[in-house]
Amino acid sequence: MKQFTYIRATSVDDAVAACAAHRDAKFLGGGTNLVDLMKMGVEQPLHVIDITRVPLNKIEEHAGGVRIGALVPNSDAANHALIRERYPVLTEALLAGASPQLRNMATMGGNLMQRTRCYYFYDPTYAECNKRVPGSGCAALLGVNRLHAILGASPACIATHPSDMCVALAALEAVVQVQGPRGPRSIPMAEFHRLPGNTPQIDTNLQPGEMITAIDLPGLTFGRRAHYLKVRDRNSYAFALVSVAAVLDLDNQGTIREARIALGGVAHKPWRVPAAERSLQGQKAGEAAYTAAARRILAGAKGYSGNSFKIPLAERAIVRALNVAASKQV
Amino acid sequence: MPPDDKSGITRREFVGVTIVTGGALAVGLPAIEAQTGSASQNSVQCSLTVNRQLHDLSLDPRVTLLDLLREQLQLTGVKKGCDHGQCGACTVLVNGRRINSCLSLAVSHDGDQVTTIDGLAAGEELHRVQAAFIEHDGFQCGYCTPGQICSAVALLDEVHAGQASAVTPDVANRAPVDLTDAEIRERMSGNICRCGAYPNIVAAVRAVYDRRSA
Repeated sequence: MKQFTYIRATSVDDAVAACAAHRDAKFLGGGTNLVDLMKMGVEQPLHVIDITRVPLNKIEEHAGGVRIGALVPNSDAANHALIRERYPVLTEALLAGASPQLRNMATMGGNLMQRTRCYYFYDPTYAECNKRVPGSGCAALLGVNRLHAILGASPACIATHPSDMCVALAALEAVVQVQGPRGPRSIPMAEFHRLPGNTPQIDTNLQPGEMITAIDLPGLTFGRRAHYLKVRDRNSYAFALVSVAAVLDLDNQGTIREARIALGGVAHKPWRVPAAERSLQGQKAGEAAYTAAARRILAGAKGYSGNSFKIPLAERAIVRALNVAASKQV
Repeated sequence: MPPDDKSGITRREFVGVTIVTGGALAVGLPAIEAQTGSASQNSVQCSLTVNRQLHDLSLDPRVTLLDLLREQLQLTGVKKGCDHGQCGACTVLVNGRRINSCLSLAVSHDGDQVTTIDGLAAGEELHRVQAAFIEHDGFQCGYCTPGQICSAVALLDEVHAGQASAVTPDVANRAPVDLTDAEIRERMSGNICRCGAYPNIVAAVRAVYDRRSA
């Protein structure tokens, strides 16, 4: 690991000021991804600002919904009564990720900032990776790309975002609260992560020096009719090949009032197609409607040498997730 | 373990010798320290309580909790497997919660209470999870066992607290956990055992749980 100076911040203002005062600084939360990437030499910050003592560890009711502090561990968020009862899809997504040990360490803000698990990004012995070394190429295009994107990729990068949590947050239309040198601002989940384009080295729309302080979940009357389905190479402790967060609002006759469908494991960010979701409104809940929506979501999908299986897999996963969501008693 | 025929020393004695040698090397060659981190300029003061003993330390901030425990505090019961959070061999309890010590910087644990496998027993009396692993033969080579046991200790507390897992049928209904074998397997999935002792590990965890709930 490259040498760095260690700075401990105890308030948001201290942390943001420390970041502004030091070139090439990183915030350290649970460390599950950053420390690993520093060991690999992928991340080489000159300064590490430990924010684990900043008091952002509460979950509370807020503006009709729930506000989750950025430093709440994933395991605590997953098991909090407000989350389990009102947003069980977030609990399911969090519990589908990593292992109990890692969920105890990983923070909610840090989970948003996870970097891709593309093998070529993670291992600097590979020369080609536009995300790690802009302009160097993409080894995954012609390499092992089983985990890689089928939607929204670019010739520069076909990496996926590895988070389960973010997929549920996208379906719940969460809002990320940040604080930076120019004050606080809010970023809707749909705009938080970026597509790779020609600048895959930039994962998010956070500005330099901004720190995540909270994640707001808007109030939702139908949050319990939801399901997170994760398909992976082994049954636990593995990243998603395809995942689906589905949330459904049905009337008493089984007609769809609103549907939210977010996909994970298929793109550089959680993937939603609002037009496909709207096309379900007013339709009878059932496989025919779900399949039509799934095909619409996947209309532009493109497979590579090792991941074309994801296209039919994603279609079936969407249908199954919606079926399970619809069957939930609310 | 029988003594090696030629040298007449056991593996345990051999490991002991290498640790001392390693320590002597680090002390005898200050150039290595200067080369790898000029720890004196950049070191961070912190204090950690490990297995009920307080340690005041001056640490290079790059030292992971795992390396602190093994290399500096000689708690070699904690094991280094993958060193990337993918195997669980390094699992320890921090303030009662299980974590992967390999992905945690030691300096970020200033003031924390750390418990390793070495701190679970009360004197000569094994922790009930340790005893159950022996009773149910929950290991083969034993390398993953310290992590497995620390993980299982935390698992039982998590179940007691009503925490859900990925196989809990309906997380929105906050019912007490029904600790099926599928639940134990999912909750232990962060600890890999390449010998494949899983069935006996599940049996050991189940035995402790059943005794505790009875």
